[in-house]
Amino acid sequence: MSNVALKSEKGNKIANRQAISEALLELANKNRDILVLTSDSRGSASLVEFGKELPDQIVEVGIAEQNLVGIASGLAASGKKPFVASPACFLSMRSIEQIKVDVAYSNTNVKLIGISGGVSYGALGMSHHSLQDLAVTRAIPGLDVMMPADRHEAKKMIEALVEYDRPVYLRIGRNPVEDSYISEDYEFQIGKAVTMMAGTDITIIAAGETVRLALDSAEALKLEGINCRVLNMHTIKPLDKEAILKAAGETGRIITIEEHSIYGGLGSAVAEVVSQNHPVPVRILGLPDEPAIAGKTAEVFEHYGLSVQNIREIAMQMVGK
Amino acid sequence: MSTIEFLIRKATEIRMELLKMIYESGTGHTGGSLSNTDILTVLYYHIMKVDPNNPKWEDRDRYVQSKGHAVESYWVILADKGFFPKEELKTFSQFNTRLIGHPNNKVPGVEMNTGALGHGLPISVGMALAAKKDGKQYRVYTLMGDGEQAEGSVWEGAMAAAHYKLDNLIAIIDRNGLQITGSTEDVMSLEPFGEKWRAFGWEVVEVDGNDIEQLVNVLEGTPKVVGKPTLIVANTVKGKGISFAENVAKWHHHVPSKEEYELAIEELSKQLEVRQ
Repeated sequence: MSNVALKSEKGNKIANRQAISEALLELANKNRDILVLTSDSRGSASLVEFGKELPDQIVEVGIAEQNLVGIASGLAASGKKPFVASPACFLSMRSIEQIKVDVAYSNTNVKLIGISGGVSYGALGMSHHSLQDLAVTRAIPGLDVMMPADRHEAKKMIEALVEYDRPVYLRIGRNPVEDSYISEDYEFQIGKAVTMMAGTDITIIAAGETVRLALDSAEALKLEGINCRVLNMHTIKPLDKEAILKAAGETGRIITIEEHSIYGGLGSAVAEVVSQNHPVPVRILGLPDEPAIAGKTAEVFEHYGLSVQNIREIAMQMVGK
Repeated sequence: MSTIEFLIRKATEIRMELLKMIYESGTGHTGGSLSNTDILTVLYYHIMKVDPNNPKWEDRDRYVQSKGHAVESYWVILADKGFFPKEELKTFSQFNTRLIGHPNNKVPGVEMNTGALGHGLPISVGMALAAKKDGKQYRVYTLMGDGEQAEGSVWEGAMAAAHYKLDNLIAIIDRNGLQITGSTEDVMSLEPFGEKWRAFGWEVVEVDGNDIEQLVNVLEGTPKVVGKPTLIVANTVKGKGISFAENVAKWHHHVPSKEEYELAIEELSKQLEVRQ
């Protein structure tokens, strides 16, 4: 894939929240029905500029996440296109009943953006980590779940979501993220995984900010003579079963990487498909069932084996080298 | 027939119809539906601008039933208004029905799915805010239970409605004083109730919520104050209209026996006869 940023090309470091807010500002200027809603979270969501430029299109609800989602659903039911931006840890837990009932069940066109997801908040502890949000949201019927890999994908995803009349939970991290793509010049389709690297020995499936880790690991494996396929599963639900089964059939082994509990997230979703349709070995890499250790994202990842070195070792074991 | 007289008769007919529905299906929140019947009757037959032939009409007034469980009067009224065939009331709570035990927006005329308490006010705030942003004149009405007032999200919505000066939002509390465990004041005391809402920036009025004339007067007169949302504390009687169900907590979701049903219909028929 020519558009994939190789290790030497991954330079730019822009947080997905920044890319999303820029895309929203551009789109909201053209469409007055686009609103953003914040729960005292406009700073964390990089929406301060948006608020200054389009004060009539930002709705502040204060620190009240249940109200945040309830109001968004009422706005959507009245023809607006609300984008809710609030820390994933609160949005996916405090307001989960409003997400289930007011958004998913009532089928209101609300886009929920969980910012500072995973272990983005590092040393702030488990109250601020969101490592269960994918498990919770993907179990709710009528709600789609997405994670963009980098700024290019974040922009394309937001553009697609403005035209997509379904409830969506979108999760991003807080910190700058290295590019996985060179540009926006690729086809992005909701529900369709992107094959970032072709390969026949093993497949790594990743989503969101871990796509970069998958690419780096695949490059390292190439040096060991292992051709690793990399799938960017930006849409966790509806899941691209076809791409997963193709990978199971053609590469025979799968590793999943996610910034989420090993229970119920991307790995579980992949295993559900593989085990029932084309059983092959699957290794699920993520965070264990414990309050995550304090530290910067990179340190926490390293601690739990979400590193190029560990992924390479696991892949080599699975391939038998 | 005067408007008031028409509405009183209508409310009695709705009560008879909803009792029949509950009796035949063997399930339902009888007490709460009887207490809110007069409120819904005044809203749907006198106050709200809705079009059963065009349920999604942009300028319609919105109604969100936050106390979703008292759905029986709502289904009967929507059917009577012509949002769906009356015949369908027979399917209430039956296998694969859309007339489930809570409002369901697959049914024409229903804005939102409710049932989890404390959701209706924030939703209504969103709708009222959308009207303000679009310069539309429609009103948003939401009906909450008094037991529901213990939900924290009610007060989140209350703050936001006052903050955004939503005078197009009218919240009505079906203040029947009873929740499933007993008196609201024993379970989790609400009083001084009106004072709480006033402190949150709302204009508060109190009425007899089973008195059609009082309801008409207060609802015709909203918003009471420009720039402020209105809260109507509608003091009602749970089980209203049936002597042996009134103010009896077990009627929250008690289904009448054959004997009780027949007695109740007899009482309501007499109320209609007196009106003739």
